[in-house]
Amino acid sequence: MPRTVAPWRPALAPALMLRHDAVRGRDLLVLPERVVVLEGHGGTVVGLCDGTRTVEGIVGELADRFPGAPVADTVPAFLDSLRQEGWLT
Amino acid sequence: MTTSVNPGSGREPAPPGALLAELTHACPLHCPYCSNPLELARRSTELSTDEWTDVLRQAGEMGVVHTPLSGGEPLLRPDLERIVAAAEGAGIYTQLVTSGTGLDEARLAALTAAGLRSVQLSVQHADPRAADRIAGRPASFAAKERAAALVRRAGLPLGLNVVLHRDNLDAVDALIELGVAWGADRIELANTQFYGWGLLNRAALLPTRDQLARARETVERRREQLAGRIDLVWVVPDYFDGVAKPCMGGWGAVSLTVTPDGTVLPCPAAASLPDLDPPTVRDHPLAWIWEHSAAFNRFRGTEWMTGPCRSCARREEDFGGCRCQAFALTGDAARTDPACALSPDHHLVREPADAGRSEPPPYVYRRPGAVPAPAPPSPPVPTAVAAEG
Repeated sequence: MPRTVAPWRPALAPALMLRHDAVRGRDLLVLPERVVVLEGHGGTVVGLCDGTRTVEGIVGELADRFPGAPVADTVPAFLDSLRQEGWLT
Repeated sequence: MTTSVNPGSGREPAPPGALLAELTHACPLHCPYCSNPLELARRSTELSTDEWTDVLRQAGEMGVVHTPLSGGEPLLRPDLERIVAAAEGAGIYTQLVTSGTGLDEARLAALTAAGLRSVQLSVQHADPRAADRIAGRPASFAAKERAAALVRRAGLPLGLNVVLHRDNLDAVDALIELGVAWGADRIELANTQFYGWGLLNRAALLPTRDQLARARETVERRREQLAGRIDLVWVVPDYFDGVAKPCMGGWGAVSLTVTPDGTVLPCPAAASLPDLDPPTVRDHPLAWIWEHSAAFNRFRGTEWMTGPCRSCARREEDFGGCRCQAFALTGDAARTDPACALSPDHHLVREPADAGRSEPPPYVYRRPGAVPAPAPPSPPVPTAVAAEG
């Protein structure tokens, strides 16, 4: 029988802090040595990465919240790029 | 969907993103390259817990999102947990910048519970005896090794910070190996910046060009090997490269420093500028200091520039280099940083850099009172009164 691979449930790496910056009106990822600005709805996407939702689940929730937005095309690649950086586990 | 943070360019200064909190100048180590001022703040003048709490609250409201908790040795503050909690409550990410001395499991657990996010540990050398000699404290290396293990076990990101000079540049490969063995996520290899105690010990610390060239090669080779595993950062030796560093990302542009007694500076070395008259959080709100104080506006932007900086294509990139270095070497903080090859004062860094001493002087270790304070004006000597007359 083929082994099933557990689906990825993205979670923010423990070293990072996601926060809204009210002074500048934007979402930030704060790292040990730098700060990264999450543009557009990047902060909303990362906010859903709590280790309980699968990528599919995140895409589904965003599709409900932003009807018509191309979330299925853009969000998995965005999450992958954050994983490459080591920011999502 | 990501970009890096840039300072704004409007008329009002863009809000600061980082606040360096120097919690105390007390330190169990005595490193001769320390960038703290020669005149170390006394413990009795340090800000209280409530004062730090208020500073961090104000900082969070202004837009500060990152605070290295530094010193001296911040673990010497018994209220460090409460200061971390205050930062966390203000939405500020905290990083402990420590020598590792005094960190045990219970302390780290309490700090983590208060919201501490990451740790940067200083390392003087990969060889324990050499490390203890540079730090001026026996068994300090062993304490660091224990601290690194504790940080890893707690799951916090660990950065090593190594200040490089003639007595450890030849050990760069071993230092990188040490970082791998200790589980570091990042190793900062920072060539000594010559301020404070570092400037006092310059002749003992300046490396040779050969040492630097070899170390640079090693770092490049190891960086390729470690790509994706460990972030290797090389902070350039500005005396040797002929290029001024973009000090602090510009004066009053992205970051501020609060010293142990509440003095607020655009850069940790700026206490050395004699006529800066820096403001203090005991007298003024932090936002006023950032936006309106004379000290923070003194070298903002490019209007103040002199000499080759005025028409230089790089003036928005390096901001004229470092004001404190310009002052330390030329006596005028508004001159082009002598580290820049275009500076008319460039010989002031070239000559010591090329001196290549075979017999360096001994260290003057960083200790309160190691350097005589400027003598107070002597009282008038009573002249003998003529008994006759």
